[in-house]
Amino acid sequence: MRYIEPHGHMVSRTTDDYQDMVTAGCAAVCEPAFWAGFDRSSVDGFHDYFCQLTDYEPKRAAKFGLPHFSWLCINPKESEDVTLATDVIGLIPKFLDRPNVLGIGEIGLNKNSRNEMKVLEAHVDLAARHDQLILVHTPHLEDKLKGTRLILDVLRGDKRIRPERCIIDHVEEHTIQLVLDAGFWAGMTLYPESKCSPARAVDMLDLYSHERIWMNSACDWGVSIPLAVPRTALEMKRRGWPADLIDKVIYRNPIQFLSQCPKFKLP
Amino acid sequence: MTRQQVLDQYFMDARHKLIDLAAFLDRVDRSEGDADFRLAAFRTALKHLAEKKPHRAKRVLLSFSDPTTKPLAKATVKGATGAWPGMK
Ligand SMILES: [Zn+2]
Repeated sequence: MRYIEPHGHMVSRTTDDYQDMVTAGCAAVCEPAFWAGFDRSSVDGFHDYFCQLTDYEPKRAAKFGLPHFSWLCINPKESEDVTLATDVIGLIPKFLDRPNVLGIGEIGLNKNSRNEMKVLEAHVDLAARHDQLILVHTPHLEDKLKGTRLILDVLRGDKRIRPERCIIDHVEEHTIQLVLDAGFWAGMTLYPESKCSPARAVDMLDLYSHERIWMNSACDWGVSIPLAVPRTALEMKRRGWPADLIDKVIYRNPIQFLSQCPKFKLP
Repeated sequence: MTRQQVLDQYFMDARHKLIDLAAFLDRVDRSEGDADFRLAAFRTALKHLAEKKPHRAKRVLLSFSDPTTKPLAKATVKGATGAWPGMK
């Protein structure tokens, strides 16, 4: 088996996880910038985090022969402070040329507030000005439907944005159709307690689409499983999916999306 | 997959989850004090399970979702509770 982990917060994981992922067939990992579980006190905290994502973490992954890519932004959970967010967004352009940076993400909304919307629009503008791919986080639980609608409005409202260059992540049964119908890519996040189980993910693949869709574990500091993607491949196999279709969803689909950034190359 | 194959593969898991749900509701009933909005939302969502129509998972998710469309004036918390307090 070979697969791509297109959304994994590896700074939160141990080297054991790197070993397990590579052993299971992981061919590349992509790490969006996210919330640390606490609010960073200044723009300097983000500077250091961006250095970690673009310099230190790729070296750590390389020790296990795993190509590591990253996405940069200030995440929606820290976007209520528009002044801080503006400073952080100002910091991003100087990191965009780093060899492992694929685009802007994971941007989006958390509680669907006006300030979060402002910061989302600023990120979308940044991506458009620098011709970057976009990775979007949709809110959790009861906030997801509303947030997904608002995010789609923002992206569709900016005529410079091409939907095929944006992935809307953490879709579930009530949001997947909205995302795919609007021409965007959809990401399914496999979490043990919230978001999506392997069985539900395969149901959605059967019901909606095998195109413009990827799966990720999002493995972070919370309850999450770094091997969720290969375990879901096992679920597909148990349902009698042909090997080629499994390979398409867990390997070729993410490559198709990510290769829109010329920096995404596998050895 | 045939219906028989689906049952063979998923019945035990679904049975286990169903009994866990039943035990959760018993636990809630045995406990004291008032329940917040989540319990009513949960009971509403449960009704969708018995419906003989497709897309039950989607309808359960929709029943927990904030249906409004205007951004909040301010985010005062970071977390989500799993149900929308405005649901009647
Ligand atoms: Zn994430």
